[in-house]
Amino acid sequence: MPEPLLQVRDLRVSFPGANAEHGLLRAVDGVSFDLAAGEVLGVVGESGSGKSVTLLSVLGLLGHSGAVVEGSVRFKGRELLGLSPRELQRVRGGDIAMVFQDPMTALTPVYSIGWQIVEQLRAHTDLSRAAAKARAIELLAAVGLPNPAAQFDRYPHQLSGGMRQRAVIAMALSCNPAVLVADEPTTALDVSVQAQILELIHRLRSDFGSAVVLITHDLGVVAGLADRVLVMYAGRVVERGSARALFEAAQHPYTWGLLGSIPPLAGPRPRRLPSIAGAPPALDALPAGCAFAPRCAVADARCATRPALPAQGAHAAACVLAPEQRAAARERCLQGGVTA
Amino acid sequence: MTQPPDPPIPSPVTLPTQPPLLAVKNLSKHYTVGSTFARGGRRSVQAVDGVSFDLWPGETLGLVGESGCGKSTLARCVVRLHEVSAGQLWFDGQDITHAGRAALRPLRPQLQMVFQDPYASLNPRRRVGELIAEPLRVHTRLNAVERQSRVTELAGLVGLRADQLQRFPHEFSGGQRQRIGIARALALNPKLIVADEPVSALDVSVQAQVINLLADLQERLGLTYLFIAHDLSVVRQVSTRTAVMYLGRIVEIGPTAAVYSQPAHPYTAALIAAVPRPVVPAAGAPRPAVALQGDPPSPLDPPPGCRFHPRCPAATALCRSVSPTLRDSGGGRKVACHHPWSAVG
Repeated sequence: MPEPLLQVRDLRVSFPGANAEHGLLRAVDGVSFDLAAGEVLGVVGESGSGKSVTLLSVLGLLGHSGAVVEGSVRFKGRELLGLSPRELQRVRGGDIAMVFQDPMTALTPVYSIGWQIVEQLRAHTDLSRAAAKARAIELLAAVGLPNPAAQFDRYPHQLSGGMRQRAVIAMALSCNPAVLVADEPTTALDVSVQAQILELIHRLRSDFGSAVVLITHDLGVVAGLADRVLVMYAGRVVERGSARALFEAAQHPYTWGLLGSIPPLAGPRPRRLPSIAGAPPALDALPAGCAFAPRCAVADARCATRPALPAQGAHAAACVLAPEQRAAARERCLQGGVTA
Repeated sequence: MTQPPDPPIPSPVTLPTQPPLLAVKNLSKHYTVGSTFARGGRRSVQAVDGVSFDLWPGETLGLVGESGCGKSTLARCVVRLHEVSAGQLWFDGQDITHAGRAALRPLRPQLQMVFQDPYASLNPRRRVGELIAEPLRVHTRLNAVERQSRVTELAGLVGLRADQLQRFPHEFSGGQRQRIGIARALALNPKLIVADEPVSALDVSVQAQVINLLADLQERLGLTYLFIAHDLSVVRQVSTRTAVMYLGRIVEIGPTAAVYSQPAHPYTAALIAAVPRPVVPAAGAPRPAVALQGDPPSPLDPPPGCRFHPRCPAATALCRSVSPTLRDSGGGRKVACHHPWSAVG
């Protein structure tokens, strides 16, 4: 197996709590994953699951939050944790690019979108001003902005939400990044526009050969796009697998619950939706053992010790359930939630 | 995987014998934007443009559409948070289109609203018990002891523990705050609840709990819901009938099962097709074409003719010039399209 493009090992991220008595709060706890070149990795979780913090710390974007980041992040064989801000800046935007939920946070309102793409190109490449402009117009066309030469001079406020997100993606792609990190890229968009942006991200792989890390709470978005999926809960990866394995034979009770709580769009309508009882735990009140145990319909005494995610195997879950127990447990989880 | 047969969604109350609880007739809401001195001068936005529907007791009408289609404006007009520009609004047999504050006051308890962000509507300095009691203090003559027992009852109804009533809103998760918002809306035994995106701010696992709660409450208390959401699968789960809005108008309305399994308006079909499903496509299967290109047009400058024609794959010259009216197409369905997609019936 060739060395993965991005290799994250035992990543732990802690923040100082609001109360001194809490000490450090661990937002990400022992996350490991690999990203191969040209692959789309989906990272799924609810709010507070640590999915965004994981990727922000990989990118060195936690800034002055006082976060303590431990573990190892190797990109193309080079350790990223501990690099100086200046060195990191060269990696970000060049080899690793980002797209966030709200395109307005990535665009400055006082310059035209063309100017902003040119700036990025000039910072990371040695293109001349004229060549950078030509490339920027090319990129705007590639992401499907109609009449790209005219769009070059437009300001962010003159574009719709979907068009802005396209402009941000054009900017992210400007330096042919090896990895594109997209954090909830379509959450703020309407469903018709979301479909267009997802199609665009799908096309990137063939057109630009970029690997994509897609962070989202929406399992539907992941199913259509990702090759592999990580499911995160309370700062830990609870299940890892190929998209097909995960959606067709999920192993973790939390994944069952998540999949069960999506109302179907076709076929029989359940009288009640299977749901997971309770709410995700707060970081300062994490249960000692399996973090999901308090909400799990099939938890037992074994769950008092934290289950580890097996390091080996394409499809694995951090759960004590033996493979032969899963079918019955799944049945109970999807019914148990109904009365909750 | 084999395709399951058509969804056995219970059909709505068949040909109602009772009068509608809410009748919306040709309702319009215009806003004026800009100023006399601005470039372009003062212009009028038709946020809601001639919308009509009836809401029968005990049913849930789901209202879907993309942002800017006027669904929230419509909701606010229905509960009279906004003044209506034109048309009529009948609630429980009374014309409330222009009813004043005093005339509305006895109706307010029966007509409640649940908002997307419950935190925004909960006073952070009040305990949850007091917040739930507030409508009782304003609208009823219950004494403190009676109020207390009603609050405990309401808390139980929405799944809050009695000991949680002493806490403050910030101590609750998003799902629990929405339960508090629902308890407040239920306090006065309303007939109609207008819920504007009540679950869209919640995490997936919590969203299902609140959807189930709303369904339980409807069954136990005989509530009628106008349920507004942008999430098509949520609307399918909760509604007996579904209305689809586009740029201020209803383009299709009908029994939920029929609208979802056989959409008649091209916009409805495209909207349903655009929802990402939690199913991995078969290996090597071609990716489905993106059904809707472009953005919804600005309501400031709606296209002539059918407002959907610039994005419609089936648009003809007729669509570009003549606006289709919402016509009865049988089976309790109405469609505003010159060329509806599937034969209904």
